[in-house]
Amino acid sequence: MTIGIEHYLVVSLVLFLLGLFIVVTHRNGVRILMGVELILNSANLNFVAFNRYMPDSALSGNVFAIFVIILAAAEAVVALAIVLAVYQQFSTIHMDEISNMKH
Amino acid sequence: MHLLEILSWLILALPLAAFAVQMAVGARLPRYGDFISIGAISLSLVFCLLVFFRVIVLEYSPDYVFAVSYPWFSGGSIEFRWGFYIDNVTAFMLVVVGVVSTLVHIYSVGYMHGEENYHRFFAYLGLFSFSMFLLVLCDNLFTLYIAWELVGVSSYLLIGFYYTKHSAANACIKAFLTTRVGDVFMFLGILLLVLYTGQLAYHDVFNAVAHGEISGTVLTIAIVCLFGGAVGKSAQFPLHVWLPDAMEGPTPVSALIHAATMVAAGVYMVGRMFPMFSQSAEAMLVIAYIGLITAFFAATIAITQNDIKRVLAYSTISQLGYMVTALGVGAYTAGLYHLMTHAFFKALLFLCSGSVIHAAHTQDMREMGGLRKKMPITFATMLIGTLAIAGVPFFSGFGSKDAIMAGALAFGSEHGAHMTIFIGLFVAAGMTAFYMFRLIFMTFYGESRNQHSYDHAHESPASMTVPLLILAVLSIAGGFGLYGGLWFNHLVVPPALQEAAHAAAEHGGEHGGAHGEAWIHYGAMGLSIFVAALGIFLSWVVYGVKWISAEKTAAAIRPIYQLSFNKYYVDEFYQKIVIAFVLWIRKVLAAFDRIVIDGIVNLTAPLMRGGATFSGGFDHYVVDGVLNLGALIVQAAGSVSVMLQNGVIQSYILKAAIAAAVILVVHQYIQFWL
Amino acid sequence: MESQTHLLTWMTFFPLIGAVLVLITPSRAKTFIKQLAFVFTLPSLALGVQMLRLYDPAAGLQFVERVSWISYFNIEYYIGADGLSVPMLFLTVLLCPICILASWGINDRVKGYFALFLLLETGMLGVFSALDFFLFYVFWELMLLPMYFLIGIWGGPRREYAAIKFFLYTLFGSVFLLIAMIVIYLNTGGSFDLVALREQIASSPLGSAARVQWWLFLGMYVAFAIKIPAFPFHTWLPDAHVEAPTAISVILAGILLKMGTYGILRIAYPLFPEMAQQFALFIAIIALINIVYGALCAMAQTDLKKLVAYSSISHMGYVMLGMAALTPEGMNGAVLQMFNHGTITAMLFLLVGVIYDRAHHRNIDGFGGLAKNLPIYSGFTCLAFFASLGLPGLSGFISEALVFLGAFPVFMVITIIGLSGIVITAAYILWTYQRVFLGPLNEKYAELPDCSIREQVMLYPLAFIVILLGVFPHLILQIFQPTMMQLIEIVTKG
Repeated sequence: MTIGIEHYLVVSLVLFLLGLFIVVTHRNGVRILMGVELILNSANLNFVAFNRYMPDSALSGNVFAIFVIILAAAEAVVALAIVLAVYQQFSTIHMDEISNMKH
Repeated sequence: MHLLEILSWLILALPLAAFAVQMAVGARLPRYGDFISIGAISLSLVFCLLVFFRVIVLEYSPDYVFAVSYPWFSGGSIEFRWGFYIDNVTAFMLVVVGVVSTLVHIYSVGYMHGEENYHRFFAYLGLFSFSMFLLVLCDNLFTLYIAWELVGVSSYLLIGFYYTKHSAANACIKAFLTTRVGDVFMFLGILLLVLYTGQLAYHDVFNAVAHGEISGTVLTIAIVCLFGGAVGKSAQFPLHVWLPDAMEGPTPVSALIHAATMVAAGVYMVGRMFPMFSQSAEAMLVIAYIGLITAFFAATIAITQNDIKRVLAYSTISQLGYMVTALGVGAYTAGLYHLMTHAFFKALLFLCSGSVIHAAHTQDMREMGGLRKKMPITFATMLIGTLAIAGVPFFSGFGSKDAIMAGALAFGSEHGAHMTIFIGLFVAAGMTAFYMFRLIFMTFYGESRNQHSYDHAHESPASMTVPLLILAVLSIAGGFGLYGGLWFNHLVVPPALQEAAHAAAEHGGEHGGAHGEAWIHYGAMGLSIFVAALGIFLSWVVYGVKWISAEKTAAAIRPIYQLSFNKYYVDEFYQKIVIAFVLWIRKVLAAFDRIVIDGIVNLTAPLMRGGATFSGGFDHYVVDGVLNLGALIVQAAGSVSVMLQNGVIQSYILKAAIAAAVILVVHQYIQFWL
Repeated sequence: MESQTHLLTWMTFFPLIGAVLVLITPSRAKTFIKQLAFVFTLPSLALGVQMLRLYDPAAGLQFVERVSWISYFNIEYYIGADGLSVPMLFLTVLLCPICILASWGINDRVKGYFALFLLLETGMLGVFSALDFFLFYVFWELMLLPMYFLIGIWGGPRREYAAIKFFLYTLFGSVFLLIAMIVIYLNTGGSFDLVALREQIASSPLGSAARVQWWLFLGMYVAFAIKIPAFPFHTWLPDAHVEAPTAISVILAGILLKMGTYGILRIAYPLFPEMAQQFALFIAIIALINIVYGALCAMAQTDLKKLVAYSSISHMGYVMLGMAALTPEGMNGAVLQMFNHGTITAMLFLLVGVIYDRAHHRNIDGFGGLAKNLPIYSGFTCLAFFASLGLPGLSGFISEALVFLGAFPVFMVITIIGLSGIVITAAYILWTYQRVFLGPLNEKYAELPDCSIREQVMLYPLAFIVILLGVFPHLILQIFQPTMMQLIEIVTKG
């Protein structure tokens, strides 16, 4: 059996759903961030897979993947900093307890 | 530049400069700058005399004319110019105005001493002298009107000099408005003349009239309108009412303006326009009768007045009536001659009365008496003035009045119907002698009726008596003996005008009047001496030796006395009818304006509001209603969907994911169906 | 030469720059704002003087600037000055600094006041220099708005009523003007050029449609008559005057009223010469009513400001009378009267303002004997009053005399009745003077201070002009005379 694009896509889908599940179900901010990372990585996998299987794609998918990785790193930094700040402010990182902005 | 031109400029400029200086800095000058005014007017007088000397003596010619004019501005089709027109009449009038103005200036130094706004008084005198000189010198109708109005305003300022007094404040406005009514007629006359001749300068207008560019009824109307100006300024009936009230002004003003110069302006104007006036016999007749009515009825009023200045005021009106009548009957020279003699003796009388008032502190003759001994100079000079006005031989008034009587007699003998003019003047002359000597007797003779003021009475200072003496000399010399009219006649009036005057006198009549000139002259002279003597005698009987009681006589003819004492109720007529009407109509119109005109405007507001309420209702319930229904539906939908917004991010993500899935599925199906 | 070519633009928009600067100044700096506003009216005045010097009466339209503005509708920024507009422009730039001085006492919302005032000046100058119909209309409306606020915010107790009345009335008139403008535009193939429009109308279908012309002329007449104000559209004026602050009254009477007659002479007459002749008698009758009726109504007033307002109505009647006569004297007299009335009535309103600042009322009968303690003030008032009643030697006389001389050959009866206005005017003015200044001093006002230096500074120039033009009327007469002769030729030829 040859590995085709469908396989990649299925893995990616699984990763995405896992990430979504974590994001939706967990209350801990750090965990949510981890879920987001999973979602991003599933997207990355898609980019790379499509780049591989699309004709004349000229590496654009790979380039995008690299961008996303860089972005994810930056995002992780900012998000963790926010989480840290939130913790200092509210002494918790449980997102549903931080409802000051809610009217 | 011609010498006369320079002199004219200077004559005008000096008083005007004095006015400007006094208005600007007079209050800060030593002696409040009166020396400036006096210096200026004295210089003007010197220049006037120079003009007189040059015109009448050096270069005398019967029809001497010096004219110069400068461009002023263009009104479009009419060129407005201004300039000087100097002939013998101008020269003589300049001297009259100059002499009287100068004397009044000097007199005022004493009379107004210590008054508040002393400097301003001199400023106004300067303005007045300027306006008067301009009136005399100007060469066209437009400038004449300007000078005419300026004279009016300076008299307004002078009469109202004691403006804190109600009576003075009323008098000045009355004087201005009454004369302005005359001025409007004068302006109308000018408009008519300009319309028909297209000219403004005297000479051009006269030429145009002579060429018949304007004639007949229109000319008569134009002349009568012009004469309306003289009626106002020279206080002729029915616009005479302002003059007695104008005596509220300081006495020098009464002497300057309301006796000698300003009131003579009307007569001068008629004299100046005589070549034109004489073209319309009807207009001349109107003038003669206006003059007669004025002369006669003012004399009857003067008899009963008790205020010394009022007596003089009515006597002025009466004498002005004489002059106007003289012009009306064509005795042109006599009228102007009387103007000059009257200027001197009436100014003298007024200044004397001022001296008396200054000493007695009252204007009521009933409070005076016996002042002869206290004020010899004043008495002597006033007596001279009185003899002059009464028409006693050897005094100036005799010659001029006699000339007027002769003119009226000649006119009457040619037009039998108009003999009334002569008779009326004749009777008025008798009354003049009577009331003037009544004044003398009441003031200077008999016992004092107010001991307190009598004790304090004293002769006035030299600055007041010197002008009196000068004027007294002029009042005698102005007559030049018995037959002064002759030299005046020959010196001042050009032959052409004499002919015109003759033509006017004979207008419409057959020849033959000219033959009887000798008897007319001597007849008139005899009659006027007789009537003057009669008047003086009667006055002596009533007020001198008191053989007849004035009070009893007055009681005996009470209605007539009342009529005269109340000045024929002319003032009341104006007050009750004319002024009341104007006051009523202004109220009606103002109410009309407020209620009707503005009411209509304001009515549009409720109308608009009504319309707006309707359209607003329609808008609210119908147009808006539909819209609101839509909004209601949207709102309901919104309130459902708002429940989805719980603020929990995770639920949003979930919802987004579900939505994405749904969209995907739907998308798939739609693609499938398609 | 560059600056001269743009003279009118600079003159018109300098105050606008000032307005912007006033707006960005902190509102606490009240005195600075006043000084700023004053300073920014001066360049316009200087340019106005320069304009008088450069203007060549023989050369017709001058200082012309012409740039396309909204090319799609053929609207241009087209300004210039001829003999008619030069005196009006000069009057405007002259009165504005004086009015700023007269507004020195304003202490409430200073910034807004002076900004609006400067905007108003730009609007007025624009009206007098516009040669494009649309531009004229824009400036005409531009001027309306500041006026509305200036009366409505800084006015007296009934300011809202007065402001709204003024605004609606003028707007009502503007509608007719707008309609006329659009009709003309559509019929001449899209032209707003006031200079060329006359011939364009003559060659267009409008040229032969007398009926339409009649209606258009009537519409314009109504629009302008409201501004003059001509009977029976005059009732906004007394109200507006009474409520407006002093300086605004001065502008209103001194300049805004002239826009009515200016509009007729600039637009209505040359565009429809035949109608000008047809309407002459009608305008003359209205003028007569204005003269006599206004004077009699003035006599009935007890409020000093209302009296002056009605006297304005009466005096504008002379302008209309001269205008209707279409004779050289009449036309020249009318324009001269426009200028003279501007200066004289400005003086009158300033003087009323001076006494109102001191006594806080304007009731004529409430004073008495003021001449005793206020010599300078009563001197100025005396001069202004005499100028107003047409005393020779002062400017008002020449223009009135010219108007009568011009009108007499054409409307003899009307002129004769109109002459009675001279007496009535003298009556109410002298009567007022008597009640306020003569007689015994009212002890209540024994302590009033006389005119301050600032007040004298604003009164002296006007007094000077009033006397100067009374003696040398040709100084201003020669400026507009050729233009007026041309206009007469246009109208009588048509």
